[in-house]
Amino acid sequence: MNVPTMAEMMSQGKKPEVLFWVGAAGSYDDRAKKITRAFVKLLHKANVDFAVLGTEESSTGDAAKRAGNEFLFQMQAISNIEILNSYEVKTIVCTDPHSFNTLKNEYPELGGNYEVYHHTQYIKKLVEEGRLEIKKSLKGKQVTYHDPCYLGRGNGVYESPRDIIRKLGVQLKEMKQHKNRALCCGAGGAQMFKDAEKGDKEINILRTEQALETNAKIIATGCPYCNTMMTDGVKFHEKESQIIVKDIAELIAEADNL
Amino acid sequence: MDYLPNVIFAIALLLGIGFFVSNVLKLVRNIKLGKDLDRSDNKLERWKNMARIALGQSKMVSRPIAGFLHIVVYIGFVVINIEVLEIIIDGLFGTHRVFQPLLGNSIYGFLIGTFEILAFLVLVAVIIFWLRRNIVQLKRFMSKEMKGWPKNDGNLILYFEIVLMSLFILMNATDYSFQQAGFGNPISQFVAPWFSEYSLETLSSIEHKAWWAHIIGILIFLNYLYYSKHLHILLAFPNTFYANLQPKGQFNNLSSVTKEVRMMMDPDTDPYAIPEEGAEEEIPEKFGASDVTDLNWVQLLNAYTCTECGRCTSSCPANMTGKELSPRAIMMKTRDRLEEVGRNIDSNKGTFKEDGKQLLNDYITPEELWACTSCNACVEECPIDIDPLSIIMDMRRFLVMEQSAAPQELNMMMTNIENNGAPWQYNQQDRLNWKDE
Repeated sequence: MNVPTMAEMMSQGKKPEVLFWVGAAGSYDDRAKKITRAFVKLLHKANVDFAVLGTEESSTGDAAKRAGNEFLFQMQAISNIEILNSYEVKTIVCTDPHSFNTLKNEYPELGGNYEVYHHTQYIKKLVEEGRLEIKKSLKGKQVTYHDPCYLGRGNGVYESPRDIIRKLGVQLKEMKQHKNRALCCGAGGAQMFKDAEKGDKEINILRTEQALETNAKIIATGCPYCNTMMTDGVKFHEKESQIIVKDIAELIAEADNL
Repeated sequence: MDYLPNVIFAIALLLGIGFFVSNVLKLVRNIKLGKDLDRSDNKLERWKNMARIALGQSKMVSRPIAGFLHIVVYIGFVVINIEVLEIIIDGLFGTHRVFQPLLGNSIYGFLIGTFEILAFLVLVAVIIFWLRRNIVQLKRFMSKEMKGWPKNDGNLILYFEIVLMSLFILMNATDYSFQQAGFGNPISQFVAPWFSEYSLETLSSIEHKAWWAHIIGILIFLNYLYYSKHLHILLAFPNTFYANLQPKGQFNNLSSVTKEVRMMMDPDTDPYAIPEEGAEEEIPEKFGASDVTDLNWVQLLNAYTCTECGRCTSSCPANMTGKELSPRAIMMKTRDRLEEVGRNIDSNKGTFKEDGKQLLNDYITPEELWACTSCNACVEECPIDIDPLSIIMDMRRFLVMEQSAAPQELNMMMTNIENNGAPWQYNQQDRLNWKDE
């Protein structure tokens, strides 16, 4: 794939219109890498002039911060901001709501002021500007959408993802708990990186049950961590043949056979 | 001797209000034990928040049954209290229904009639509330933090309201001339016939006693607030005014940490610098919170405001899946500890005497804190914008930054971020490999 880095761009004296912040999951996790590639395909399709930081990208520090390590968070943030500001980055798009939230809300006070988009917002913007078309190739298909906490409750973004899912021609079926009352997938607050405390159930299993109740064929989401948790939940219930978990970027890219 | 009742009334009123005010002062002092936090910005937005959420009850109706019943009790409570004004004037000056001649039968009758209907609706709502807590046994009222005093406290408040509303109706029903006039007795007219056999003197004596019991009951209830979970009827207003206005996903950046990180990362700092002669040795600020005095005053106000409805806990993913964590218990424990600290100050002439206890471990366990997914469901659910998550985060910060007491897996995650810029053990040089796979 043709994915220019900021360093390459700079050496050619160019400044891209947007920086794609890939995030740790999007860079290393096998499942999340598919989301990253799907989104890059969409960026190419819409002729977006973008770049990534590549090996200069480092953890936003979100997980460290939610785990209580404010030191590590601010060290990460301040060094990331130094790099971002040295490239004079103005606009950032993320496929991870956690990076999105941290860059958008927690970096400004530390000197990093950017216009930050979640990829579902950015895709919507591209569609509205007539740069990207969403094919209605999932006509009538039943899809449910899982709200990532840091996109939904965390930042009040409920409609952008739903708007672009509907453009696929699907039948959107809401779970019992959705939008501001959506149930967490269980990964937030650094839970992704540890075992859950003693209890009688795993959170992702409960959330997957709510998704299964809708009888949808696809669980759409917009977060690589939610994706992992929901995929594990589907496996736990042995429903892999009935329902699949997809990022919205993947659904849109596949709809266009990208 | 004619003035004796008026004097007794005035004394009761003064005592009731005076005792309440002294407790309010104590409450304000306790809240001020918290750290400073500037919430004086965005005044307009704050007033709007208060008008919408506290005055307008906008978040209550997300659960329609409880929301509707609560609005009935809320409106009843506010409106019926207009009647207290008349009671106070009558009590102080020995008048009887002083507003009746002033307003004329039709307006006065309309007002009292409205109060009666509301009193009746409040009675019905409160009885349903009691049934929900005691017979239907709604799950959120059965959690383990609701055993003992919290359960009795909740019921006691309902009994108070039942008694006060009944006394108001009884008072009107036994007022012979009021019933004869026939204005403003839509409910009490059905109660009056129960007393039709009684002589006028007996009626008047019952009315008199009901009147006294009603106003004394109100004064007792007012003073009970401070000892109960019911302070929300007052504190909901400041609590929503001072609530966080930032996006819920945004957590505060500790400025004490920023200072140290900047110094650490500044190539011009001399790590071996000797502090200047005479420079005061700075006591490093404590990171995070292990006791109530490490929390900020808004968090402490939150703790006093919580009325233990449990909407937060019933929507908490950790609690829903059987974990120890309950956001409501976080608030209750914070208040319990704050009151303990307050009593300690009271009994030690105004200064806190070390008691070997703290909020962490003695009240809130690390197990509770680590079960949180930071999903903000509790914050979203709270009908009056209490933020249990901020307390959980501040306590995690203490555990990690002061005690290095994170769960082992999280330590590994953080080491990875430190060494290779990702929570997993991957080489930073492989960060762009995905583009060629």
